[in-house]
Amino acid sequence: MARLLFFGKLADLAGGRERDLPLPDTVDTVDAVIELLASEDELLGAALNEKSVRCIINERIDNTPGIVSDSDEIAFLPAVSGG
Amino acid sequence: MICVCDTPFDPGHELKAFENKADAAGAIVSFLGRVRPEANDDPVKALHLEHFPGVTQKSIEAFAVQACQRWPITQHLIIHRVGMLAPGEPIVFVCVGAAHRREAFEAADFLMDYLKTKAIFWKKEIRDSGARWVEPRGQDHVDTQRWSSK
Repeated sequence: MARLLFFGKLADLAGGRERDLPLPDTVDTVDAVIELLASEDELLGAALNEKSVRCIINERIDNTPGIVSDSDEIAFLPAVSGG
Repeated sequence: MICVCDTPFDPGHELKAFENKADAAGAIVSFLGRVRPEANDDPVKALHLEHFPGVTQKSIEAFAVQACQRWPITQHLIIHRVGMLAPGEPIVFVCVGAAHRREAFEAADFLMDYLKTKAIFWKKEIRDSGARWVEPRGQDHVDTQRWSSK
């Protein structure tokens, strides 16, 4: 079961900050996860496909490969803004 | 020191504590960012700041290391609020100590440009007319870009 995290406006669209999602064997990339989510929710899918959205897997800020497995935490981050 | 905190802080108190620790610094530059009372003539009732617990702090630490490698700074302090903030409340406080003023000014400027455009925070303005997520302005990105060409 993958743990999905949504932040900022993506959490508004996803209806919450966290979601557990069983990943089928065929879903092993971030793009495929987004495709799976988009098949259930077109608006969320469109927002996740925006260029400014970044993905962090298992809190690894230095290395964000596009490959995922069913035990990963997959965080979707919209455009950031601090200060 | 880097602190992502969910309770208000007193910049005057933090600056004094920083000065007391920065014995070797001949120059100290500090910057305080506060919640603006209005955006585009629309009064702001509150600002909600989100972060990615743990990851936001790690990403700021990585960037502070870059600042320390780039300028001979002796101390730094970054405090960034999260949670619900009222107009006028401090959001961010950056202090940099160095032997001389130029490196202190530049490192503080660099850290603020990073915090505005790359640090992992999200801001939602709660206004009379509704709420909206705030993204960096074009000028913020132009400001950050200055450091990659130097």
